[in-house]
Parts: sequence; structure tokens; C-alpha cells
Amino acid sequence: MGGYIARRLASTLVVMAIVGIIVFLLVHLAPGSPAAIIAGDNASPAQIDMISHQLGLDEPLPVQFGIWAWNILRGNFGTSIFSGAPVMQLVVGRLPATVSLSLVTIVFAATIAVTAGVLAAWRAGGVLDRCLMGIAALGFSVPVFVVGYFLIYLFAITLHWLPVQGYVALSSGVWPWLSHLVLPALALGLAYLALIARITRASMLEVLSEDYIRTARAKGASSLSQLFHHALRNAGVPIATVIGIGIALLISGVVLTETVFNIPGIGRLTVDAITNRDYPIIQGVMVIFSGAYVVINLLVDLSYSLIDPRISR
Amino acid sequence: MSEATLSAIAVAERPRNFRRFWRRNPTLLIGGGVIALMVLLALAAPLFAGNPLAMDPMHRLRPPSSLLWFGSDNLGRDVFARTVYGARISLLLGVTVAFGAIAGGLVLGLLCGFYHRVDAVVMRVMDGLMAIPSILLAIALVSLWHGGVPVVIFAILVPELPRDVRLVRSIVLGVRERPYVEAAIAGGARTGKILRRHILPSTIAPLTVQGTYVCASAILVEAGLSFLGAGIPPNIPTWGNMIAGSQLYLAIAPWTIFCPGIALAVLVLAVNLLGDGLRDLLDPRLSRQP
Repeated sequence: MGGYIARRLASTLVVMAIVGIIVFLLVHLAPGSPAAIIAGDNASPAQIDMISHQLGLDEPLPVQFGIWAWNILRGNFGTSIFSGAPVMQLVVGRLPATVSLSLVTIVFAATIAVTAGVLAAWRAGGVLDRCLMGIAALGFSVPVFVVGYFLIYLFAITLHWLPVQGYVALSSGVWPWLSHLVLPALALGLAYLALIARITRASMLEVLSEDYIRTARAKGASSLSQLFHHALRNAGVPIATVIGIGIALLISGVVLTETVFNIPGIGRLTVDAITNRDYPIIQGVMVIFSGAYVVINLLVDLSYSLIDPRISR
Repeated sequence: MSEATLSAIAVAERPRNFRRFWRRNPTLLIGGGVIALMVLLALAAPLFAGNPLAMDPMHRLRPPSSLLWFGSDNLGRDVFARTVYGARISLLLGVTVAFGAIAGGLVLGLLCGFYHRVDAVVMRVMDGLMAIPSILLAIALVSLWHGGVPVVIFAILVPELPRDVRLVRSIVLGVRERPYVEAAIAGGARTGKILRRHILPSTIAPLTVQGTYVCASAILVEAGLSFLGAGIPPNIPTWGNMIAGSQLYLAIAPWTIFCPGIALAVLVLAVNLLGDGLRDLLDPRLSRQP
């Protein structure tokens, strides 16, 4: 087990180093130097040269990468071109909204998807199965922002059940916080839910044909116990994996969802940075989101032995 | 039996064959049918749809009617015309990215499967690319590398690559252990010929299926990028641009958002159904890669 953890950690570090190189080169191979972006459209060549020198852009590329990577390791992601504030400070300020949205979505989507997948596998080929898998196919195809506007129109504008847009911090009460997150989480979670439900169904179908399920049925275990106690635990590893891998889908969706619902999170910060070509923010957010994705998947991999004790042997 | 009777039997059997094919592959036919219809509408757009760019300030935000089928937007432009012309961009872009990503995945995957040194480097880069959320990578490419539509296509294509490379690589690694490939190597065939004659054919069926999924995903990412203002320039009518431009009018003119939105969802669903149908038809064992 120790060897496995060490190997998995090492490969995580390699992936993060590659992510760093890709993100760094993305900016430095782009046409037009970062100095020209910072200086603005009306700057003279002399001004651009001066900024270049200040930023260390006249150093060789590997040296620049070394300095940049070292700063990131110390938590220094540079300063925003537009506002002049440190990127780290901007991201931390936006963190609560994005984390709230992501957590609510993951909890709600995973719970519904696993239940739906189990039920679909239980009565495979039946009406319930077909309906659930039809909804799943739809979930892959309808973009987040279309679902989002549809939900706003139906539940907020027409029915007045929930607020239209915006975000309220958890400190001002649980219901105000949650009520602002219900619709975004529904919109954001749909594709994620579809992905998990499909894998759960496939994984459960495989397990349900095993001998020990027949044994459980023979000794008189109830359907619920058969499904959730005997089968789901054995089908758990692929489900946990896809919950982890699906985070990538979720992160891309966060950027769109925060725009639709006007949630002041990291996604919104990134979108605002597009128009200003505020590349330190875009770079920083890419590194942070990729890092979160890689770490979550590391944790998922390490949790396999908890779900299925056979794996640690 | 004479030739005439044989052909008569063949003609009589055709509807039954078609019915059987239809019953076995409903998703393939529904998906394919919807796509064919949309391609037809997009190609014939100038014949029946109005001018997608013409503004009519006297008729702003009009609801759908017999004259304006999908109503008009905040500048008085015909939403139906814009939706039909938007299909052109989505279809063209989806197909371009699908072909590009499959071609790139094929070349890199074949090299990775056959040369260990290439494999070590390329697969690490692919791991890195996979860790970066696709829309962020595309946003960064589009906003930093000014350059219009070609950059947008490139930005949508790059995040799609890793899955295609992995797919081809895994097929190559499986096939190269087969006796007929070993025989070809032992027989002294050149590597290029082995790849072309003995390995390439095994990749065609899975790549056809994968290509449809890439196409669906590319259409979604393009719409997302345009919606965020990091895609196709806003003066071109794409579905993402239409939705972005109508955000403020959701409460008073929902059709300006839902018409392109539903068109987008229907097209992507059709492409996904076509992919599922092709998968079942070409290789029942091949399952969707998460």
C-alpha cells in the first residue's frame, strides 16, 4: 500500500509539473508579449521594454519558468493587470461562492445519480430504466446555460419560487444561501448526474449477475439490502472514479453557471479576465482548478481501499 | 430462378429489411435523420430564411407569429433566420473539430503505440492537458492568441485530443501483439506499411464512434465559448452568441434564448444518438468513455 501511495503521489507531481509548463508556455508563446498587454494599446516601444525588464521577460525562457514556478509554490500567482491586486487575494475572495456551488452540486448530483443508476440496473430494460437513461442522454446534450435560463424562467420568473440570480453568503442564514444555489446546482449538475448515473447502472449490472447476489437473494435478503448493501459496495470503485473524473466536467460548467446566475465566484473572475486579457488571473485560475482536479482524483484513488478492501492487498 | 425474379424478391424484401434495421437501430436512424434534416435546412437557408443580419428597430422583441416564426430579438433581427444560419456554424465547426481531433489522435496514437520514446513524452503531455478543464484551456487560448475563427477551432480541438490519442494508443497496443502483426514484423515489413495495412483498419470503427462524440462535445464547447464572449466574433450569428446577446431579455422575450437553445440541444442530442447507434452497430463491446 505504501508503495502504491508513493507512486501515485509521484505521478500527481509529474502531472502538475506538466500543467505548469503548458500554462506557462500558453502565455509566453502567444503572439504579442505580456509586457505589451500590460502596457496597453497606446504604449511606446520604450515603455514596453521597461515593463519587460521589470517583469524579467528579457531572461531566457527556462529561467523565467523557474521564477514563475517557484513563486507559485510559495502561493504567489502574480498581480492582476486590471485591478493591480494579487491574484491569490482575488481568488480567495471568490472561493466561498465557487466552493458552495460545487459542494452542493456534487452532493445533490451524486446522491440522485447513484440512486437512479441502482434503480435503473435493478429493473434493467423496464420503463423506469428507459426513462432514467433517456434523461441521462438529455443531460449530456443540453448545455448548462440553456438549462440554467430555462430553470430561471420557470422557477424564478414565472412561479416566483426561488430567487432569479445572485449569491448570498452562508453567514446570512442557511436557507437564503441554499435557495440561491438550488437552481445553479440543478443546471450545473445535470451532465455530471448523467455521467454518474450511466456508470452506476453499468457497474451495478455487472455486479448483480454475480453468484453472491444470488446467494443473498436465496438467504432471503430484501431487495433494498441486496441492492445497497451487497451490490452497491462491490460496484463502488468505478462509481467513485467517475465522480472524481467528472469534476473536470463540473469545473468547466462552473464557469458557465456562474455567468448565467451571476454568482461572484472564480468562474466569473475568469470570464471578466477574458475581456481585459488579464493573463495572470487566467494562468492562476488554470493552475488552481487543475490542481484541485488532480488532488481530488488522487484522494479518490486512495479511497479505493476503503470502498473495496480487496484492493489494498 | 431467373435474374428478374431474384431482383423482384430483393425489392420486396427491402422494406422488411429496412423495418428490421429500424427496429434494431432506432437511435442511429433518429439521430441520423435529425442531423440530415438540420444539414438540409442549413444548406438551403438562403432559399427560405430571411436575412439574419438585417435590423428592424420598429419590430423589436416581437413574439413568434406567422410572419416571424421565432419572433425577433432586441435589435429587431429575425430569430428564425439567425437560428437557421447559426446551424451552419455549429455543424461546420463540429465536423471540422471532429476530423481534426481524430486525425491528430490517430497520428499521435499510432506513434505512441509503436515508439516507446514518443509514448513517454506524448502521454505525459496528454495527462497534463487532461488535467486542465477544457473550457479554461480554450478560454486561455482564445483570449491570449488573438486570431479569430482558426484560433477558436484550435482551442476547441486541443482539449479533445488526449482522449482520442489514448483510444488509438490502447487499440495499437492491443493489436500489435496479434499473430498477424507479429508475422508482418517477422516478414520484414516496414513500420509504415505495418501501421497502414495491419493496424490502421482496427482503429476505423472505434474512431468513427469517437468522432461523433467529439463532434457533439465541440458543438457544446463552441456554444459555451461564444456565450462567454471568447468564441466566434459576436457579429456572426451563432447559437452561443444569440443567447449571450439576449441574456437581459429573458423575462420579456424568452424565445430569443430558448429558440437557439433548443436547436443546440436537439442537434447535440442527435449527434450523441448517432454515436450511440454507431457504437451498437459497429462494436457492441465498445462502451462510452467517461
